[in-house]
Amino acid sequence: MKSNNRYNRQIILPEIGESGQQKLNASKVLVIGAGGLGCPILQYLAAAGIGTIGIIDFDLVDTSNLHRQILYGDSGVGKNKALAAKSRLEDLNPTININAYPEKLTTKNAISLFSQYDIIVDGSDNFSTRYLVNDACVIAGKPLVYGAIFKYEGQVSVFNYENGPTYRCLFPEPPKAGSIPSCAEIGVLGVLPGIIGSMQANEVLKIILNLGDVLKGKLLMYDSLTTQSSTFSIGRVASEISKVLATAKDFETMDYDLFCGIQNIKEISPETAFQILNKVQCIDVREAHEQPKIDTLNPICIPLHTIKEQLHSFDKTQETIVFCQSGIRSKKAVEILIENGFENVSHIKGGAVALNEIIPDLIGHKNL
Amino acid sequence: MQLTIKYFGMLVEATSISEEQLQIDSCSVSELVEKLIHQHPKLNKKDFKVAIDQQLVDRSHVINTNAEIALLPPFAGG
Repeated sequence: MKSNNRYNRQIILPEIGESGQQKLNASKVLVIGAGGLGCPILQYLAAAGIGTIGIIDFDLVDTSNLHRQILYGDSGVGKNKALAAKSRLEDLNPTININAYPEKLTTKNAISLFSQYDIIVDGSDNFSTRYLVNDACVIAGKPLVYGAIFKYEGQVSVFNYENGPTYRCLFPEPPKAGSIPSCAEIGVLGVLPGIIGSMQANEVLKIILNLGDVLKGKLLMYDSLTTQSSTFSIGRVASEISKVLATAKDFETMDYDLFCGIQNIKEISPETAFQILNKVQCIDVREAHEQPKIDTLNPICIPLHTIKEQLHSFDKTQETIVFCQSGIRSKKAVEILIENGFENVSHIKGGAVALNEIIPDLIGHKNL
Repeated sequence: MQLTIKYFGMLVEATSISEEQLQIDSCSVSELVEKLIHQHPKLNKKDFKVAIDQQLVDRSHVINTNAEIALLPPFAGG
């Protein structure tokens, strides 16, 4: 009875009713990324009573996330996003199951993870993950509720649903690496991911409840400054879909960073970074407030957006290692450094998040 | 024929406009794109799809009547 009261306002909708609520309770939805888009998606799906929700995110909550990632508060800063979201959502709705995966989505875990869910929702923030998610949905045969933002604009669509087109039918090839800046580089007003994420959550509910017209075969473009939206029809391109299906057998060995043109960037493990610490110059390209600080590496702190102006202060012939929070901005920084004549630059895989995980062990070892 | 060209996302920054009118003879989408790049050189390095009257088309499609053309770039942010 208690749960009926919880869902009363949606159950009294004649199109939903008790049977619709049962469908929601029986559904399993996986959300990729618990960031700007992921937070509103998760919030509405949990509140609506989706029976099983999966959350995958390796990143940590940062103070700079709080203006838009509304599941988190100050007390969550420094915690893993999937775990912090799970604990907030369990309070929002304790009657549902929430599975948190505090790890990176990879070609190794994607297919087995996707197979456990009915619908996949993409709230990621980079092209490598978006192509990986699309292809894994095609291979695992799952509908993909897509959303993405740029500055004041957003895109929403439902891919791979009832023989509809996929993300690759819209954009077969990723854009040139580094040609499209991220939210961390150009900024975003907090409400926009709220709007786009809410639209994605709504499409999930429409699919489960068989309501209205699902945004299948259509790309919705929304401009938050003019409050105008337009939808564009996308055709299914069978050859793009077969190409993906042909990779199914070797999917685990696919390299999506390579596919997205970020292959020339030398990557080192956090462990290696500590080994070569005394021989290199180390740059932290995060904003000054971002946590955790990695003092052990004694980095020079230069936020990515100011790096071009500060290049003169470096020795371009010396080996240089760069890191950011998770390893995305640092790749961009390496590109900039290479373009400006740096001879030996690499970035640390997984960034500060990965470094922070191994530091206690290393320091413990030194003390022995 | 008369075309209304609409730009989205980072293409607005590349062209410094969100919309423009163009008087042009019948042409393919790729010929139109070449002309737009000539007018706005910064479009040259950009990735985008083209839609005619809200329908995505490939570059070989021929435009022969008044239409609204949209240039749609991919977004990655989340």
